[in-house]
Amino acid sequence: MALINFLKPKNQLEEGGRTAAPVQQDAGEPEKKCPNCHKEIPLSRLWANHLVCPCGYHFRMKARQRIQMLADKDSFQERDGSWKRGNPLGFPGYQEKMETAQVASGEEEAVICGTARLGGYPCCLFVMEPYFMMGSMGSVVGEKITRLFEYAVDHQLPVIGFTVSGGARMQEGLLSLIQMAKTSGAVKRHSDAGLLYIAVLTDPTTGGVTASFAMEADILLAEPGATVGFAGARVVEQTTQKALPKGFQKAEFVLEHGFLDAIVSRGSQKKVLTQLLSLHAKGGPI
Amino acid sequence: MSMPYDRVKLARDNKRPTGLDYIRNLFTDFVEMHGDRYYGDDPAIVGGIARLGENPVTVLAMEKGHTAKERTRRNFGAPHPEGYRKALRLMKQAEKFGRPVICFVDTSGAYCGVGAEERGQGCAIAQNLLELSTLCVPVISIIIGEGGSGGALALALADRVWMLQNAVYSVISPEGCASILWKDSAKAAEAASSLKLTAEDAKSLGIADKILSEKELGKQEFYCRIRMLLARQLQELEEDAELVSKRYDRFRKLGTGEESQ
Repeated sequence: MALINFLKPKNQLEEGGRTAAPVQQDAGEPEKKCPNCHKEIPLSRLWANHLVCPCGYHFRMKARQRIQMLADKDSFQERDGSWKRGNPLGFPGYQEKMETAQVASGEEEAVICGTARLGGYPCCLFVMEPYFMMGSMGSVVGEKITRLFEYAVDHQLPVIGFTVSGGARMQEGLLSLIQMAKTSGAVKRHSDAGLLYIAVLTDPTTGGVTASFAMEADILLAEPGATVGFAGARVVEQTTQKALPKGFQKAEFVLEHGFLDAIVSRGSQKKVLTQLLSLHAKGGPI
Repeated sequence: MSMPYDRVKLARDNKRPTGLDYIRNLFTDFVEMHGDRYYGDDPAIVGGIARLGENPVTVLAMEKGHTAKERTRRNFGAPHPEGYRKALRLMKQAEKFGRPVICFVDTSGAYCGVGAEERGQGCAIAQNLLELSTLCVPVISIIIGEGGSGGALALALADRVWMLQNAVYSVISPEGCASILWKDSAKAAEAASSLKLTAEDAKSLGIADKILSEKELGKQEFYCRIRMLLARQLQELEEDAELVSKRYDRFRKLGTGEESQ
């Protein structure tokens, strides 16, 4: 069935080749073709390099793997992990889509929130999940992020957020749209409390997430090559009937236009984030 | 009762009163203010200062235009980032001078163009949401036609959100939704029903507070009724010492989900 085909390549890559079925010895090491340099890269090599191709191309990464890469060992404590919402508008096919997304991602929803330490510095951390309906924002995503910012205010903690999103989740209609307002209110309260918020925009960060909490951070970082924009490139092309400029909506293009502080490759993220936390810390690491 | 997609068509009808019609008929002494002070002036959002009865207010209105020529000049009511930045500038000015803000929302959405993206459409909308969430003066938004997604919300994070009876408010256009989900924009009518975008839907979801009847739409009686409602509502909001925290709570309680077992 289509579901299996959809899952297989992604999970193989994301698990670093550790799929349920053992890899046949005589089949050779599994490889993944890089869409940038078009070379076949052994999965073990990609895995060792945080899913970055030697050419610099950043493959998509599951939220839990990012957390593992970023948070100090055993420091991550998830919050609101079982937060749920049904199908509030009774939107046709939504329930099934959610179930498929749960299987594909191994997650209940499109964001993981919690507290962690980075280089010893405590913070709140949210990481969006590309394999759950491409990180689309419905009630649960908005609510969990809002609750995390509220927790951060109560505990005087900085927030680090990794975004990846196709935008608001249309199957929840206006309730999704309104999450943009809700999360923005929570970010503002956190900001007014004098607390630091760093967003790292990963591929792709678009639509209602770009137009709310992703772009509201004090410090805006992005991964190399990440698409960052409001409208999808295809929609822009259809609306304007013109060819798009080279590199349109890529992080490098967005940086050039003044909407990012820096582009940070995956291998340097923990170091840069720790440095930024330390530059804002009132106390030292714990 | 008409089908949701009929409402969408009504909401888009170019004979409907537009933002400027409301400004001309509800207020006196309107002085239009132009420009975002960074890049340019966006004709899709009209802003300025006026009087509602005796009291000065800041007015922001998305304007689609009626004739083909006007509609082209107004970019069919699809704002660019400079429109949102002009709106933000005028909101902050309203806060400085203690004037309430009244917004008229009517757009199919923020403009999807190369320049709009280059100048940070997403960032402009986000900044409006951020600042509106703690603006210290009353904000009332009325969706008079189309409330198209984030581009509409950027002027609708308000203490009260009212909708005209045949206005629609949606996370995505029904055509866009049908084309993404079912690869068939002809299924727009079906999408319109599923998206729950009518004024009644928005009210039952707690997103709209009041539905304004379209009886005598565009006539003096119609504007007179809205003027009275606005005056009464502003008085109530201006007396409220907890305005900003109530605005937070208003959006905070929408679409929360729950902890499952």
